[in-house]
Amino acid sequence: MSNQNQPLIFESSTPGRIGYSLPEMDIPTVNLSELLPNDYIREETPELPEVSELDIMRHYTALSKRNHGLDSGFYPLGSCTMKYNPKINENVARFNGFAHIHPLQEESSIQGALELMYDLQQHLVEITGMDEVTLQPAAGAHGEWTGLMLIRAFHEANGDTERTKVIVPDSAHGTNPASATVAGLETVTVKSNEYGLVDLEDLKRVVGTDTAALMLTNPNTLGLFEENILEMAEIVHSAGGKLYYDGANLNAVLSKARPGDMGFDVVHLNLHKTFTGPHGGGGPGSGPVGVKADLIPFLPKPVLTKVGDEFVFDYNRPQAIGRVKPYYGNFGINVRAYTYIRSMGPDGLKAVTENAVLNANYMMRRLAEFYDLPFDRHCKHEFVLSGRRQKKLGVRTLDIAKRLLDFGYHPPTIYFPLNVEECIMIEPTETESKETLDSFIDAMIQIAKEAEETPEVVQEAPHTTVIGRLDETLAARKPVLRYTKKIADLK
Amino acid sequence: MKHRYLPMTEQDQKEMLEKIGVNSVDELFSDIPEKVRFKGSYQIKPAKSESALLKELTKLSQKNADAKANVSFLGAGVYDHYSPVIVDHVLSRSEFYTAYTPYQPEISQGELQAIFEFQTMICELTGMDVANSSMYDGATALAEAGMLSAGTTKRKKILLSSAIHPEAKEVVKTYAKGQYIEVVEVPHKEGITDLDALETMIDNTVAAVMIQYPNFFGRVEPLKDLEAIIHEHKSLFVVSSNPLALGALTPPGKFQADMVVGDAQPFGIPMGFGGPHCGYFAVTSKLMRKVPGRLVGQTIDDNGQRGFVLTLQAREQHIRRDKATSNICSNQALNALAASVAMTALGKHGVKEMAIANMQKAHYAKIKLKEAGFDIVYEGPSFNEFLIKCNASISSINRALLEKGMIGGYDLGRDFEQLENHMLIAVTELRTKAEIDEFVAEMEEYHV
Repeated sequence: MSNQNQPLIFESSTPGRIGYSLPEMDIPTVNLSELLPNDYIREETPELPEVSELDIMRHYTALSKRNHGLDSGFYPLGSCTMKYNPKINENVARFNGFAHIHPLQEESSIQGALELMYDLQQHLVEITGMDEVTLQPAAGAHGEWTGLMLIRAFHEANGDTERTKVIVPDSAHGTNPASATVAGLETVTVKSNEYGLVDLEDLKRVVGTDTAALMLTNPNTLGLFEENILEMAEIVHSAGGKLYYDGANLNAVLSKARPGDMGFDVVHLNLHKTFTGPHGGGGPGSGPVGVKADLIPFLPKPVLTKVGDEFVFDYNRPQAIGRVKPYYGNFGINVRAYTYIRSMGPDGLKAVTENAVLNANYMMRRLAEFYDLPFDRHCKHEFVLSGRRQKKLGVRTLDIAKRLLDFGYHPPTIYFPLNVEECIMIEPTETESKETLDSFIDAMIQIAKEAEETPEVVQEAPHTTVIGRLDETLAARKPVLRYTKKIADLK
Repeated sequence: MKHRYLPMTEQDQKEMLEKIGVNSVDELFSDIPEKVRFKGSYQIKPAKSESALLKELTKLSQKNADAKANVSFLGAGVYDHYSPVIVDHVLSRSEFYTAYTPYQPEISQGELQAIFEFQTMICELTGMDVANSSMYDGATALAEAGMLSAGTTKRKKILLSSAIHPEAKEVVKTYAKGQYIEVVEVPHKEGITDLDALETMIDNTVAAVMIQYPNFFGRVEPLKDLEAIIHEHKSLFVVSSNPLALGALTPPGKFQADMVVGDAQPFGIPMGFGGPHCGYFAVTSKLMRKVPGRLVGQTIDDNGQRGFVLTLQAREQHIRRDKATSNICSNQALNALAASVAMTALGKHGVKEMAIANMQKAHYAKIKLKEAGFDIVYEGPSFNEFLIKCNASISSINRALLEKGMIGGYDLGRDFEQLENHMLIAVTELRTKAEIDEFVAEMEEYHV
C-alpha cells in the first residue's frame, strides 16, 4: 500500500483547469433569465474541484492503493462471504443492452432484460425451494424489511392484527431487529443454548398468539446448523407465526438443504454475498425475496410474468404491499448473479458449498489449539473463536485483528455475534486455496505466540499500514463530515 | 469437479479431511437432519464455458433497444447523460469494487476518503451542512426522510406533493405503512404544487412536506413560497432534487430546506434498467445525529496524521438494533464513487455548464415542437423535461418511433388519469440539433 498521504481532491484544485468534454452546443441559445425566474438562478457556484483528467486518474489511483480489496488479498470476514468476484460478471453487466436501457421503455423493447430477470427468478426459486421470488429489494436489510412487511400484510389480511412480535435469536445480525422495527413490529429475543443453537424451551416460552414471525439465519451466525429446525418450524407454525430465513449464510447449504424444505415461509438472499455481486466498498447489493404460495398475493408490484412467449409486468396486484423500490431492483447486480449461476451450474454450486465448508472446518481444527473454540463441533461455512485466552494476557481481539493487517490480511469479523466473548468470526469461502489458508493460519499462530511472549507487538499493531489506529472518539465528538476551506486553513 | 473459481485439488481435500479427522466431506453435513437434506441436483441450467456464456448473454442483451444504438427522449427520473469515460476506469480498479464496507480504516483509507469527498460534493450542490455516504436510490432516500421527520417531530402525518415521481410516491407510502404514518397527497395545479391547497391541508400535526425540485413534470417548484407555509407550522421541509439541476438552480439549502434527498444517477451512473443508482441524503447540522446510513468523518491517528473513519455509528442498526430508526446496512458505495468521479471531472464549471445545456436543449425542443403545432402543457420554468399532448396513445407512438431508432418519452397516462395521451419528454445535453429536429419531424403527425 502507498504510504503517501493523499491530499483531498479539493486541495489539488487549481482555478482554470477542467476535466470534462461536454457535447457541442449546436443549437441557438437564449439568456438564462429567459428560462428561469431570478430567485431560482444559482448565484454561488458549488465548490467542486478544478482538475485535469490526469489529475483525477492519479488521485483515484493513489486512493485505490490505500484500499484493500478481495483481489489484494485474503478477506476472511465472517458473515460477509468475501469470495472472488468473477470478471466475466463485470463484462456482462456493462453490455450496452444491459447497462444502457431505460426501465420505463416499452416492454416489447426490453424483452432480453425481462427474460434474464425471469430466468434468474426461476433459478432462485429452485435454489431456495420457494414458490415465487421478487427481485425488487436493493440489499439484504431491504429484503428483510420487505419480507416482514409481507408477513405483516398476510396476518392483517387474516384479521390477525395482534401479531406484532418478531422473535430473533440473540446471535442475530443487527439488521434483523432493526428491520422489524422499521416494519412496525416489535422484537423479542430468544436465547441460545450451550451448543450455540436456539434454545427450544425458550422458544416455546416466547412464542404465542402475538407472534408474527421467527427470523432465523441457518446456519446461524456462529456457523452452526440449527439441527432442530423442523421442531422450531412446528412450534412457530402451530402458534400461527411465519418462519423467516435470513439468507446471509446461504453459501453454507447450496444443494445441501433448501430453506423451503426446512419450513421457511419467506427468505431473502444477498446476491452480493453467495452469488458474487461485488461488495463495492459497501454496496450496491441486491436482496431478492422468495415466498411460499400463501404469501404470493402480497409481493411488491409489479410482478414479472410470462404470457405465451412474452414477458410482462403485472401491475394488477390488489393485495400487494406496494412498491419497495422504483423500477425492478438492482438489475446490474442481478445480471452479475445470473452470470455467476450460469457459470457454475448445479454441480458447481454444490462444490461451492462443499469446498467452503471443508475450508472452514480445516481452519477451525488447525486454529483450535491456539485459540479457544467455544462450540466444538463441525461448523458450516464459518466458525467463531474466542480471544478470551489472549485477553488474560492483555491482548484483546481488536489487537489481534489489527496485528493481522501487518501480514497483509483483512481481519475476520470481530465482537460479533454478541453472545461470544472476544469473538473472532472467520469465513474463508471456497475460492481460497489451501496455501492461502495455511499462510493465514500461520500468521494467527504467530500472533498467539506473540500474545504470550511479546504482547506489546500485538497491542501496538498495526505497524506497517499507511496510517495508525485512528481516534474514533475524536471523530464522533467533533464531527468533521465534509471539507471546507476553513478546515484546511486551520491545518 | 474442476472449475476456474475453485482451487481445491483432490490432494488438498485429502489432507484437509485428515486434519479434521473425518473420512468424507459428507460427514461435515451430518448435522443437517435427514428429513431436510436436499438430495440430488438442482434442476437448473447446466454450467456454460466462459466463451459460450458470453455469446449467449451478448445475444440476450441485443434483444433490448439500448440508448447507445437508439436516440433517447425518455427521462422520468432516469436519464441518458454524458458520463466521462474516466469514471469506468476508476470503478474498474478492483481495490474499490472488491472491498467490503470500510470497517478497518487502516486498510480502507482510499474508500473512506473518496466517500468523504462525495459527502462534501453533495453538500456543495444542495447547499446543506451534512450528507451521508449514500442510500439505495432517490425514492428510498425520500421514504427515509419521511421516517426521520416523523421520528423527530413526533408527528404522524406527511404531505406529499402529487408532482413527485409516481414510483417514489409509492415507495414513500409503503415505508409509511410500516411506521403507521399517514400520507396525504397535495394536488398540483398546472404542474406545480398547489399552494392554496397546501395552506388548507397543513397544520401542526404534519411532520413534513415533500416537494420535488425540479418536479416530475420538469417544472421548477416555488420553494420560496412553499417554505414560508411549511415552516409556519413547524413542519419539516423535505426536497427531492435532481443534483445535476442544482448546477443551475438555486439550491434547496438556500430556501431553508431541512432535508434534501435525491438520486445521483445523472452523474456517471448508467441507466442500467433502473438500478443500481445512488441515493443521496443531506440535512442541516441540526439533524446530523438523526441521519440514516453510514457517515465518514475526519480524524487523526496516533501520530497526528489526518485519516478518515466511519463515525457517529451509535445511530446505526448494528449498534442500536431494535432501537434503530433505519435498518440500512449495505448502501451504494461504488456508485457514490462513480458520482464522485463524474462530479470531479465536471468540476465547478462543468456541472453548471452541463445543467444549462440541458435547459437550452430542452428549450430548443419545446420551440420546435410548438412550431410543429404542439401545445406545451403546464408551460413555465422547467429543467430538461416538459409535456405535450398527442392525438394517439403514447405507447403506439413510441413503437413507431422505435422503428426509426428513437426511444420516445414517458406515457403520463399510466399515472395521471387526466393526462392520457400526454408524453413527458426529456432532452439532455447529449441530444444533438439533428436528433431533436428528426424527433420533431417524426412527432409532427401526432399533434392534437
